[in-house]
Amino acid sequence: MANNQTYYVPEQSKWPIVATIGMFLLMYGVASIMVNNSQGEPTQASWFMFLAGALVMVYMLFGWFGSVIRESRAGLYSEQMDRSFRWGMAWFIFSEVMFFAAFFGALFYVRVFVVPWLGGEGDKGTSAMLWEGFQANWPLINTPNPEAYPPPDGIIGPWGLPLINTILLVTSSFTITVAHHALKEDNRKKVKIWLGATIVLALVFLGLQAEEYVHAYQDLNLTLQSGIYGSTFFMLTGFHGAHVILGTLILIVMMVRIQKGHFTGDNHFGFEAASWYWHFVDVVWLGLFVFVYVI
Amino acid sequence: MSAVADTHAQDHHHGPAKGMTRWLLTTNHKDIGSMYLIFSFAMFLLGGSMAMVIRAELFQPGLQIVEPEFFNQMTTMHGLIMVFGAVMPAFVGLANWMLPLMVGAPDMALPRMNNWSFWLLPAAFLMLVSTLFMQGGAPNFGWTFYAPLSTTYGPPSTTFFIFAVHIMGISSIMGAINVIATILNMRAPGMTLMKMPLFVWTWLITAFLLIAVMPVLAGVVTMMLMDINFGTSFFDAAGGGDPVLFQHVFWFFGHPEVYIMILPAFGVVSHIIPAFARKPLFGYASMVYAVGAIALLSFLVWAHHMFTVGIPIFGQLFFMYATMLIAVPTGVKVFNWVATMFRGSMTFETPMLFSVAFVILFTIGGFSGLMLAIAPADFQYHDTYFVVAHFHYVLVPGAIFGIFAAAYYWLPKWTGTMYDETLGKTHFWLSFVGMNLAFFPMHFLGLAGMPRRIPDYALQFADFNMVSSVGAFMFGATQLLFLFIVVKCVRGYGEKASAKPWEGAEGLEWTVPSPAPYHTFATPPDVK
Repeated sequence: MANNQTYYVPEQSKWPIVATIGMFLLMYGVASIMVNNSQGEPTQASWFMFLAGALVMVYMLFGWFGSVIRESRAGLYSEQMDRSFRWGMAWFIFSEVMFFAAFFGALFYVRVFVVPWLGGEGDKGTSAMLWEGFQANWPLINTPNPEAYPPPDGIIGPWGLPLINTILLVTSSFTITVAHHALKEDNRKKVKIWLGATIVLALVFLGLQAEEYVHAYQDLNLTLQSGIYGSTFFMLTGFHGAHVILGTLILIVMMVRIQKGHFTGDNHFGFEAASWYWHFVDVVWLGLFVFVYVI
Repeated sequence: MSAVADTHAQDHHHGPAKGMTRWLLTTNHKDIGSMYLIFSFAMFLLGGSMAMVIRAELFQPGLQIVEPEFFNQMTTMHGLIMVFGAVMPAFVGLANWMLPLMVGAPDMALPRMNNWSFWLLPAAFLMLVSTLFMQGGAPNFGWTFYAPLSTTYGPPSTTFFIFAVHIMGISSIMGAINVIATILNMRAPGMTLMKMPLFVWTWLITAFLLIAVMPVLAGVVTMMLMDINFGTSFFDAAGGGDPVLFQHVFWFFGHPEVYIMILPAFGVVSHIIPAFARKPLFGYASMVYAVGAIALLSFLVWAHHMFTVGIPIFGQLFFMYATMLIAVPTGVKVFNWVATMFRGSMTFETPMLFSVAFVILFTIGGFSGLMLAIAPADFQYHDTYFVVAHFHYVLVPGAIFGIFAAAYYWLPKWTGTMYDETLGKTHFWLSFVGMNLAFFPMHFLGLAGMPRRIPDYALQFADFNMVSSVGAFMFGATQLLFLFIVVKCVRGYGEKASAKPWEGAEGLEWTVPSPAPYHTFATPPDVK
């Protein structure tokens, strides 16, 4: 509940409409690249649209966040506004959790029901009619129709790179927390060291993840096209990787803001939100490590 | 309650800007609410005209007006536009207008994001509607876009449809985050959770549902996108996937979605019935708990849409019983509305007419839902016009009548002018008769075995289809009358409205003048 203080309601702003134009161009561009590609038509115009949209989005992000930062530093925001931001970020992260839940749900459904049924378990028996001799197992290194979906030669074991990546991300969750505590104590040098360490860990994680993908594609023939194992593997780790990239960008922005002298010991929700997001990315990885790699 | 008058205390609190920039750049919840409502009505007319095409084709057996392929595009686009373009934005528009007024807040919690949520919708629907003009035509696989119809066999424009859904999803999630932040953080001092008006409560729970399931919709369309363009096999058994997986993920979104479209209407009706029965709402707390129970159960019933795909018997039983359980909290609500009216000194102005019709006709839709929930019986009803009748009974006299009731109830507050009561009642009765004529015969058609989404039918179904088409045309044409009534009000032709034009109405929104000033509650009022 509010107390009777005034709440900052911003003036008219061009950023929402700029963001709409940017997102429309971006999405329309991406869609028409895909459609034109599949129909063998030229895609230059689509690429131009996509890039224009991306540029507008970058301009918008700088402008919009820039206004928010200026307003915040000008002291226009009350404690109540701070709580609005907290609720906003928390529910945004919840929506992200539900997005990953859709893909985890798909993985569980495939493993618990679909693949055994395709192997003839229960009274379904479809595969016995469609794909005689298909053996159900997980990881699915044979697909019901190998011509349409060439199966992988192998999969990525959990105890190599994925284990190292797990250690990296868990460590980075600790380092960001140390940085956050340092910020609370207004010890900015310590913040820079630990935040810097977090960013380095994130970049190493991304590098190793890229190496793992190259290994999967080049040596194991494990691709998006190699049946449901490849589909779930790449979609889950890929979306996680995309979120790590975003999280790393956010952390880098926080580093820049720290360098510029933004934030105080008791007013730094931007930093806190970045660390919430980072913890979320970490927790998703733990789920991935257990359910995609280990089990 | 204090501090109810508009305050110009702060320098930047002036009236609206002039010209187009007012609408493009606004951060004002009332402007944004109006834009949502106008957009939603435009989509209602567009989706409605597609329904007219469908009913014209089905007026007589045989193919006469459109090609079957185009007919499929019409059923698909009609459903998508009505669900995502008409009903959902209308409720978000009502939320934008009323939530800050009801909780005593100066605006929504995040006003700029609020404007972005709105403007993404025209962008999304521009993209969706543009598919009609693309090679291969618009999506033609039904609004539920089941794989493999939408993946293996869909038109090329499916990719555009997917990105349009993504944009709608982003818009809905941001809108819902705004609603939750406003309700949890912006309530006037003294307004505890259990003192909140029911429209606020139902929207709080709706917003939770939106944030929980819109990302799942984004997930399922992303899987489609990958299957179509990048060779994954989520929905292709040849690669170890399963088309039924699509239905599970889709309906995990889809069932809460249908409650997203009805819960705010529950809230609206829970305001209007007490106002015109001149009695407090019967069982406020039980109303809140019932909405919460409906929302929680909505996550556990999705497979009742899929009884015929061959899910295990245990699954069928679980989803059958869980679905029937929803009848309990829904029954609590219907009972409470009836008990509120019981021995009230009732008058039947237009909002009340729509609300009473809501209670009666939504209950009919609820009962046919109960019939469909019975797994063995559903094998008979599945994909017939009985299903079409069922969900139109919960959506048209449910969601749409709820929106009309809200519009008539709050129009005086929005415009400062009373709507024309005679015209309003005419609108109601024509809608009521038209809608029942259109959808009631569909029950019989479905039970007799007429399949849905087919442009032609056997001769035995001719009479009821003709009645249904006549009713649909009547309902459709009547909505132009609503447009006229609203425009008349907006232009100021009519009796001036007082701050509280309904004698039985309760709530903070009636403490500000009519029309509500551009900025209200710059400092929050105290709620006793």
